[in-house]
Amino acid sequence: MTRDDIEQALDEELARIAPDISLEDIDRSEDLRDEFDIDSIDFLNLVTALAKRFGLDMPEADYGEMDSFNHLADYLMAHLS
Amino acid sequence: MSAFLMPSLGADMEAGTLIEQAIAPGQPVSRGDIIAVVETQKGAIEIECYESGTVTEWLVAIGERVPVGTPLARIDTGEAAEPVAAASKPVPPPEPVEMEQALKPLPVSTGARVLASPAARRLAAKEGVDISALPVTPGQPIRHADVAAHLKAAPDLEPQTGLSAMRQAIAAAMSRSKREIPHFYLTHQVDLTALTEFIAEVNAGRAPDERLLPPVFYLRAMARALLKYPEFNGHFEKGTFTPAGVANIGLAIALRGGGLVAPALFDVSAQERDELMAQMRDLIGRVRAGRFKARELSEATITLTSLGDRGVDGLFGVIYPPQVAIVGIGTPALRPWVVAGEVVSRQIATLTLAADHRVGDGHRGALFLRAIDRFLQEPETL
Repeated sequence: MTRDDIEQALDEELARIAPDISLEDIDRSEDLRDEFDIDSIDFLNLVTALAKRFGLDMPEADYGEMDSFNHLADYLMAHLS
Repeated sequence: MSAFLMPSLGADMEAGTLIEQAIAPGQPVSRGDIIAVVETQKGAIEIECYESGTVTEWLVAIGERVPVGTPLARIDTGEAAEPVAAASKPVPPPEPVEMEQALKPLPVSTGARVLASPAARRLAAKEGVDISALPVTPGQPIRHADVAAHLKAAPDLEPQTGLSAMRQAIAAAMSRSKREIPHFYLTHQVDLTALTEFIAEVNAGRAPDERLLPPVFYLRAMARALLKYPEFNGHFEKGTFTPAGVANIGLAIALRGGGLVAPALFDVSAQERDELMAQMRDLIGRVRAGRFKARELSEATITLTSLGDRGVDGLFGVIYPPQVAIVGIGTPALRPWVVAGEVVSRQIATLTLAADHRVGDGHRGALFLRAIDRFLQEPETL
């Protein structure tokens, strides 16, 4: 799984939740939830979808490592390799 | 024989557009079945039938916008001169094959239903775009981008007011609320440390789709407090307050790009927290996809509005008529707090109540908020 694959998957899942905001519109290093205007249930839905897609646990205790688009991609990279 | 009418889905609705005839003529319908889907300012609303019988004919065509109270279909309920009718003109029982077909969604090729993505439907509802009037590519659903492009091409859809349909609906309901309901407001600081820790502990061992969020506990605590303070749970109509008996708590749900809807979670006391969480996820998903049930809009008996974790300290709600109260909870944050004579850091949130002075007062309102606080201190019991 390459970084591109992960970002592609992330883009797809985010588009389901926030179809009105595209990846080009956001700052990938800023707060993910602010950038995509997603609330706690949207975020839970995103984590649910990613955990299913990649077969990961993504525990709540790790949410702090998923706070921006880049950090979330880093997190997935680290747990998938 | 009876008529199925365009329902009123709230104080703010004057007309609706029929977008689906879910039961074909000649087919049976039971109380509680979805008989039609109506497009309103709030999205596509599934309408349940309140009678059982057979749909004999549709009186309004798909895509037609008609005022509240207009007969949409005729239903043969088997009452009124049934013996005579049955004797003179027996109705053949529907064949099983036809029944199966009736349960399936109508095929696209009939043009009976506009195929559109949830995001497209939502944007259209918010902006007051008639989705059935948009150009379609056969076999292709209308997408968010199509509606956005339509809006860009026609920016002056409502030059009279400059307000979107959703904004007009909110304005109408809230103006009525502020005109008719003598609101009073209370505020109370609540320590959510125990709750926060309990949720973290429960969620630690769970897969994401089984994790809980704080609103489930706010809802459960409210429902339990309402058992003791029933004057905040019910409807005030025609000068009379009718207590509801069960707590159907409306949950204020923000829609992307603006606007909100507050559909009900039914009989919250009767749901275990995991069940309630599943229902809440389902409801929020359907609302944001722009499609939910009529009774979820009309049967809420009190509302909860939670600012979540990206909001501010507190809010003062506007009551949604004919309800008589709305509970608000702000964004929890670490604050200095005194416990057993020591200043410590605790997770604090501001709990508020806006209630109708015609049915309650500040004294009882305060006790109601304190009861919610007390229950939130024992999250394991909720």
